[in-house]
Amino acid sequence: MNKPVSYNEMYSADGAVHAHYQSYAQWLDGKPMDYLLQKQREADTLFTRLGITFAVYGDEGGVERSIPFDIIPRIIRKAAWKTVSNGACQRVRALNAFLKDIYHDQEIIKAGVIPAQQVLGNKLYRPEMRGFQVPGDVYVHVAGIDIVKTGQDQFYVLEDNLRTPSGVSYMLENRKMMMRLFPELFAAVPVAPVEHYTDVLLDNLRAVAPAGVTNPTVVVLTPGSYNSAYFEHAFLAQQMGVELVEGLDLSVTNNRVYMRTTRGPQRVDVIYRRIDDDFLDPLAFRADSALGVPGLFAAYKAGNVTLANAIGSGVADDKSTYIYVPEMIRFYLGEEPIINNVPTWRLDRSDDLKYVLAHLPELVVKEVQGSGGYGMLVGPASTTQQIADFRERILHSPANYIAQPTLALSTCPTFCDSSIVPRHVDLRPYVLSGKTVTLVPGGLTRVALREGSLVVNSSQGGGTKDTWVLEE
Amino acid sequence: MLSRAANNLYWMSRHIERAENTARLLDVTHRMSLLPYRIHETEQSWAEPWALPLIINGLASNYYERYPGPLSPDQVLRFMVLDPANPSSLYSCVQSARENARTVRGAITSEMYEDINATWLEMRNQDHDRLQAGGIGEFFEWVKIRSHQFRGVTFGTMLRDEGYNFIRLGTFIERADNTARLLDVKYHTLLPSAADVGGAVDYYQWGALLRSLSAFDAYRKVYRDLITPTKVTELLVLRDDVPRSLHACMNDIYDILKVICDDSSLEAERLAGELHAQLHYGRTEQIIALGLHEYLMAFLGKLMLLTTEINRDFLVPVYTQQQVMP
Repeated sequence: MNKPVSYNEMYSADGAVHAHYQSYAQWLDGKPMDYLLQKQREADTLFTRLGITFAVYGDEGGVERSIPFDIIPRIIRKAAWKTVSNGACQRVRALNAFLKDIYHDQEIIKAGVIPAQQVLGNKLYRPEMRGFQVPGDVYVHVAGIDIVKTGQDQFYVLEDNLRTPSGVSYMLENRKMMMRLFPELFAAVPVAPVEHYTDVLLDNLRAVAPAGVTNPTVVVLTPGSYNSAYFEHAFLAQQMGVELVEGLDLSVTNNRVYMRTTRGPQRVDVIYRRIDDDFLDPLAFRADSALGVPGLFAAYKAGNVTLANAIGSGVADDKSTYIYVPEMIRFYLGEEPIINNVPTWRLDRSDDLKYVLAHLPELVVKEVQGSGGYGMLVGPASTTQQIADFRERILHSPANYIAQPTLALSTCPTFCDSSIVPRHVDLRPYVLSGKTVTLVPGGLTRVALREGSLVVNSSQGGGTKDTWVLEE
Repeated sequence: MLSRAANNLYWMSRHIERAENTARLLDVTHRMSLLPYRIHETEQSWAEPWALPLIINGLASNYYERYPGPLSPDQVLRFMVLDPANPSSLYSCVQSARENARTVRGAITSEMYEDINATWLEMRNQDHDRLQAGGIGEFFEWVKIRSHQFRGVTFGTMLRDEGYNFIRLGTFIERADNTARLLDVKYHTLLPSAADVGGAVDYYQWGALLRSLSAFDAYRKVYRDLITPTKVTELLVLRDDVPRSLHACMNDIYDILKVICDDSSLEAERLAGELHAQLHYGRTEQIIALGLHEYLMAFLGKLMLLTTEINRDFLVPVYTQQQVMP
């Protein structure tokens, strides 16, 4: 194996196996490559047959592909998980408090911790939500916190996803796949279960039903079967045992939401929506939206239906708001951040801009409101021409970008082309809020399959791994 | 359940059933075309059995638009088997069924989805010339088996809920429709002249019809006699112990509707009851006196009314302009 340049999660620099990988390494030792290759193929076939797929935007007619799955699990020590878990929950508590604050008293602005313009001038701030009381004060019912590791106990939060974070179905399906392929491993390694994720999700969604509803009807709202994450929407609805609805299945009468069933209209109380704010209601937001439900926002404001996540939560996961999150943690919780931010330059500040333009080949530059790995520059992996092109885009509207140092992301052993090689990974745990703020022990590990690549997004050639949190 | 979900389940099973029936029909046509007893009086009519799949599915004009000129068996097969532009080809039926299943994959079991998805993935990789080389009969058999298998997986894994009822409803409505059309076409289009009635060609055609509905052995068992149109009519219209007969299909349709209909959908139940009673109390002599063709047309007309009613009561969402308070 190549000597790792980044922190390798399985092997130490001298090639010894880290303690928490010992049982797995023993199992792996002596497994012929042919056996692993056969298992890898089996996994690929099963994912295709089971239709566990995503659609790539901009691809010919939204062709479905299965996301590459790597058969070598990523293993996380119990102690390290505690850091991740506490850090992610702390962050979500602060972000939720921030949202409640900016839609009510705006103490954080009055205290001068965050500029008014940053919040109120943000495109994702929804003035319509001012003064509106969301059930249980919960705005962010489901959050995906992207975390990277650069050393044994060194973690950074790369970004927060508070709108409609996806990928959790892969966390669950990857585990099922590993148990199907290697049942004997689970006897040898004490892996914490993640299967109860959908139970916890349903429990939380029911807990935030409008006041007075005793047996709430929960639904999952999807943009439809051509959406890239449709598999996940269907999967979550099925696992929770609730209906998967499209906008056309819902209607609003007297500010109450109903779905059309074979037995006539049925009242809906909680909507786990996987449609962005803009498209939710053509009467309140984008009038050209064919995905939404006319009148939904009015029903929401009347307190007759709960939307998860709440409308207007995007302002808190914007990459230009990201830099204030450590301050939010101190301001609202009176705590120090358990996991730090990556140092970030804001290109609307002239000093930052100057520095970044001079160091583009070393840095990662991201669009403030981009997601999915689109519209970003990874300096060290780009050609001179790509850097020059990106410089033009930055100069055209600097405020649209932030920059961060290129982190030495940790690597995990990964099965590529019949050999085991280190590849860079990140981690997205899913934090659930409602009754309490919790997460199941695990998350989605994304892996950049190309050698040296730091971009893990599935739309950019990334794959996934099962993530094992050890119970002891 | 959601109307849209019920609609997808209903059409999922209709599409699978249609694929199976089309495969049966093509298989029989193919076999008939290999027999020495086929019609060979005139230059054009030798290929006439190949018109059957087009007529039954109401696709003759689509076909001639796509393939002008004399009817060619190979072109009919191309059109009916793998042509994605023909919505009734085996390819399109399986594709639609799988798309329906994908849309409501939460409402069916993962085994069902895996099964129908695997069928589609295999179908997608088929190639006409390779099929012909490997014996197209094998392929028709495969389609039938995949349909049987999907029904088996459904039967063996799915919760007996409303969704299950809509799946079965789709199966039997499609099947009844198909049996009626098949009978009708045989009755008045296949024989070149009245003189051939009762001849060898006639015999083989009735035999083929029975085989295409898996009813040949049943006929032998029940009648132990020569094949006659009257008996075939009795077997495929009135007997309720032949699984693809109109009576058997209507038994199931009526039973299902009795379960899923409520006060707001009484008309669907009434229509099904009427059709069912007509078969339940019908006599072969009456049908022959009326004329089989007329009888079948009336049946198809009522079946159409019934499906329209089912759509209205359960399936197609009605979007009305809702009044919304700002």
